[in-house]
Amino acid sequence: MKILVPIKRVPDPATTIRVLPDGSGIATDNVKWVINPFDEIAIEEALRIKEKLTGEVVLVTVGQSSWQEQLRTGLAMGADRAVLVKHDGALDSLAIARILAKVISDEKPELVLLGKQAIDDDSNQVGQMLAEMLGWPQATFASKVEFADQKVTVTREVDGGLEAIAFNLPAVITTDLRLNEPRYASLPGIMKARKKELKEVPAESLGVDLALKLKVKTLAAPPKRQAGKKVGSVQELVQVLHAEAKVI
Amino acid sequence: MGDVLIFAEHQGGHFPKTTLTAVHAGLELAGKRGGQAIAVVAGDAPEALAAEIAKYGVAKAIALSHANLKNYLADAHAAALTALIKQTGAEFLLATATAVGKDLLPRLAARLGAPMASEITAINDDGTYVRPMYAGNAMATIELDGPVKVITVRGTAFDAAKPGSNPAPVEKVDAEIDAAAAKTQFVSFNQTKSDRPQLTEARIVVSGGRGLKSGDNFKTVLEPLVDEMGAAMGASRAAVDAGFVPNDLQVGQTGKVVAPELYVAVGISGAIQHLAGMKDSKIIVAINKDEEAPIFNVADYGLVADLFKAVPEMAEEMKKLKHS
Repeated sequence: MKILVPIKRVPDPATTIRVLPDGSGIATDNVKWVINPFDEIAIEEALRIKEKLTGEVVLVTVGQSSWQEQLRTGLAMGADRAVLVKHDGALDSLAIARILAKVISDEKPELVLLGKQAIDDDSNQVGQMLAEMLGWPQATFASKVEFADQKVTVTREVDGGLEAIAFNLPAVITTDLRLNEPRYASLPGIMKARKKELKEVPAESLGVDLALKLKVKTLAAPPKRQAGKKVGSVQELVQVLHAEAKVI
Repeated sequence: MGDVLIFAEHQGGHFPKTTLTAVHAGLELAGKRGGQAIAVVAGDAPEALAAEIAKYGVAKAIALSHANLKNYLADAHAAALTALIKQTGAEFLLATATAVGKDLLPRLAARLGAPMASEITAINDDGTYVRPMYAGNAMATIELDGPVKVITVRGTAFDAAKPGSNPAPVEKVDAEIDAAAAKTQFVSFNQTKSDRPQLTEARIVVSGGRGLKSGDNFKTVLEPLVDEMGAAMGASRAAVDAGFVPNDLQVGQTGKVVAPELYVAVGISGAIQHLAGMKDSKIIVAINKDEEAPIFNVADYGLVADLFKAVPEMAEEMKKLKHS
């Protein structure tokens, strides 16, 4: 099965994010960049499917040349080749989905696997938009993916329980936390990754509409919550919650 | 222009509180953009529910009806709602960012070629919106450009709408769904059985973290306190990652966002991504044996203690308080 995995480069989730004083963005000095954790889960799932059913795993990202680093990491995990759609400026989810839809129309994968959300803008949009643009079924927030013939059954993490839906390929699946535990790249994997194909394509060459319809005008730091007081015992805690805070 | 279609999600024949939040936000948006708020209930026989939501201050309720809308499925719902937006000429489509809202609205936005703002927390008078980014470490002011705009709201950032005295008219619309948009089949819904309040609706939430050490301890140590307090139970991502509890209990950036009157964090260190899901709670209590844990920086009341002693003790104290 040919599987395409779109990935995004984001700040390491353990990084403390600081908004620049002029509100134009976040401070990026000292930021370690990683593959969006949910996309890492998507790569892992694609590799497991390939190991079971054979096929090819192709990574795609849309960003600057420096994002090659994250593609190499994905190749070291075991993906076969990668495409970097180069674009330096801001793009919104619609434009990203249009770019990916174009890449997919050339690559013709049977399955697209990606993270449910990127942990930088937290939008949770691209997978669903892409599915609609392709006219494919979607399964977001997947915690289990099962194949039988050409049919896929996906268990989804929804409010209040687990939902199962089924459809034929091709389709778009977005990953949730419990789908799998991503592997680390092995040393031989890292060596091999250096020789794998990594193609750069300018976004402008794809002939899709990149106009920004969602503009981030300014960023501000959120209001800070002040630390309160320490209590000495459980009895005191229950007492203050009852008499002072009046919440129990 | 300025009209707002509010997607009124229903579960098991009822509207969850998150739907009433969407109605409230939709009314505010329509007020600020000079349009009317119209609620839409989709289903195979949505008339009764449409009549119910018509009581909540909207100008009209639409019962969007089709056999393929019986169970929620993104592709069929997106097709039916897109046709309705075109038919009504509405400028906005709005829903709360529940699992359904998050699944459906981006698909709808793509079908409309419309920009989408996820999980907004404020509607500004100048036409902009505020939404959190980077796990809530940055609040972005954003602008949407286009004849139609799609918006999900964060449930904790808006009040729930209240019923008024005059119900609005209900209009039945037979949905249009082409075969190409019905490629997905519903298989099953396995509901988590619980007598406890829903996480996003509870007045009190008690959450456990990695400090609980096992799923069994969630049951034997944490749950008695949860039930003594009449609370909903939550968990940190670390506890979900470790397999202690299912993911639908996860409070945080990539789980549920809650803002109860009282949030009790037990054995939770307070990672950025967890704080993103609970820091707007009215009162926060932290119980942790590590006094350096970052959770204490946001807690109104902190107790440095071994949770395996403190939690059963607290359950006991709660019992005493109830009987006093």
